Amino acid sequence: MKFRDLSDLAFRNLREGVLRNSLTTLGVAVGVASLVAMLSLGVGLQQLASSRLAKSGLFDSIFVTPKTNLRRPGGGPPATRTPDARARPLDADARAEISHLPHVIEVYPQIRFFTEVRYEGKPFATMVAGMPESSKSSGAFDGMQGSFYSSPNADETILQAEFAKELNPQTASLIGKDLILRYAERQSLAAQPGEESSGGFSVVPKDMHLRIIGVVETEPASGFGGFGSGRLLIPLPLAETLRAAQVNDLRDILRDSSSDKPTYSSLTVRVKSPALVEATEARLKDLGFSAFSLLDASKSLRIFFSVFDLLLGIFGSLALAVATLGIINTLVMAILERRREIGVLKALGAADRDVKELFFVEAGVMGFFGGMLGTLLGWLIGRSLTLGTNLYLHRQNLPGVDISSVPWWLVLFGIGFAVLVSLAAGLYPALRAARLDPVQALRYE
Amino acid sequence: MTELPPAIRLESVSRHYLMGESVIRAVNDVSLTVPTGEFLALLGSSGSGKSTLLNLIAGLDRPTSGSVIAEGQDLSKMSSLELARYRRQTVGMVFQSFNLLPRMTLEENVELPLRLAEVDRSERAARVREALERVGLEKRIGHRPSELSGGEQQRTAIARALVNRPKILLADEPTGNLDSATGESILTLLREIQENPGMTIVMVTHESTLAQRFAGRFAVMGDGKLLSNGAPR
Repeated sequence: MKFRDLSDLAFRNLREGVLRNSLTTLGVAVGVASLVAMLSLGVGLQQLASSRLAKSGLFDSIFVTPKTNLRRPGGGPPATRTPDARARPLDADARAEISHLPHVIEVYPQIRFFTEVRYEGKPFATMVAGMPESSKSSGAFDGMQGSFYSSPNADETILQAEFAKELNPQTASLIGKDLILRYAERQSLAAQPGEESSGGFSVVPKDMHLRIIGVVETEPASGFGGFGSGRLLIPLPLAETLRAAQVNDLRDILRDSSSDKPTYSSLTVRVKSPALVEATEARLKDLGFSAFSLLDASKSLRIFFSVFDLLLGIFGSLALAVATLGIINTLVMAILERRREIGVLKALGAADRDVKELFFVEAGVMGFFGGMLGTLLGWLIGRSLTLGTNLYLHRQNLPGVDISSVPWWLVLFGIGFAVLVSLAAGLYPALRAARLDPVQALRYE
Repeated sequence: MTELPPAIRLESVSRHYLMGESVIRAVNDVSLTVPTGEFLALLGSSGSGKSTLLNLIAGLDRPTSGSVIAEGQDLSKMSSLELARYRRQTVGMVFQSFNLLPRMTLEENVELPLRLAEVDRSERAARVREALERVGLEKRIGHRPSELSGGEQQRTAIARALVNRPKILLADEPTGNLDSATGESILTLLREIQENPGMTIVMVTHESTLAQRFAGRFAVMGDGKLLSNGAPR
């Protein structure tokens, strides 16, 4: 029989036992819904974790340090170690070179220093941190009060909420006000005659007026070491121009340096995507720097979610297994009811194969509709869980998240899997129907 | 004028069943020839083996021994797929209980063998109408079997048997469920079909009076054996 005739007959048969076949299809739908809902949770949570981690800058960043600057366990002090021929200082030239590497979107030093702030005449001790341009899109400033810096060199600051409350419990009223940043500027001293190395630097107190333009709730993190501990956040290019004395400056003056260019104790290199980290990291090592990334941690995360998805899939499949028994039961009952009809079909010239295919198509149709309905139901369950979670988070004053996701592949997988499982369930009834002896079947009342 | 080969030739055909330890000889060493275009009535009491013999000719069952040759094809040597094709193309069957599919209209019931034979959709409607016109039911084309009388249902079954233009029509007690007047009209129809378009008909019946009026020849069975030699009337 041609497929169109076969499906005509199959649909007709399904319509005939509409209640029983609808219930069977609903059984398949519930099975698929539980599978799709479980997997959508797995996918959603994975996407949530990945996007959070991507925004944190942990997985698309490489931490670069000069080779001689790193002490490994048992490595001994730098001076006694065999100098690495490829080792080179991490200075402005190196920074420019790294920023021109393919896929690198940003190279910045970590600038953080402890200092004093004066607001309305009162002193407050706090940690200042320079924020790179990219932090705007990191998601860390989503939902902040006020706005982001108007330009990379603007004399503006964003306060961390806890610190802002110290200045004024009504944090909203701080925006637009000025504060004074008091910091220690580092000024290089010229080399004294008769001395081989440069004479170090002097520290001069400086003041700077900053306008408060925003208050951010969470502590933004950015790369290794992050800015998590920063409570007064200023644009990184501005922070660099301050030449504020930092903790590691003392180490700089002890280092043998014939260059008067500033060197960095470390640089953070951000690449376009976590997938490019490994290649870029290797490239940086070739250039003669030490490089380190959290790529391995990201791999572990992927493994974790694969296992998590598998477990969710197995639990979700249990309902589908029950639905499979439902299909077998429905079709076996249909054979008993339609015994005589099968006999008539065979007497009229239907081959065993025609009868088998008819039952197969009926099972497939139930699987297809069950799969479509089930995927829709699964999506709705996922949305409801997201809605419920967000309602809860909202009550806890936390921002909403999307914990479930039904991508296209999951829709196709849901429907395809339902059809496959239904065909497998239809195998035994179809074979049984095909093997019916027509003489016996025609005698059946 | 050369003589046509027989439509059906049965050579020492037996069909035995095992029932527990005992062997039931439903058909026991039957040899019979049905010339092309003949209307043969297969008579016998209940359990005489006449329906089993008809099923063997229809290709619904296989003989335990002997051979069934219909339109030059030895059914005992056919695969199940070839037997299905034989049932589709060479024979048409009519049953005592009509065996129409209740949820289908007359048109759909009659169309069923055309679907199985993979006849083009464009051709089907005309073939169905032609078959229903032949039995005088073209006006009931959209009705369901339950809306028809017994005689009309049997006419529909005959239309369904004719739609694939088979060479042999096999009827198993076609008047068994009908009153005598309706039964007579069905046999009249069979007789007309035998003459035009010309068809070999084998009819199983236990109503010898009716059979005598319409069939061209008798074959009487009893206990699985052919009792009368099937001589022309």
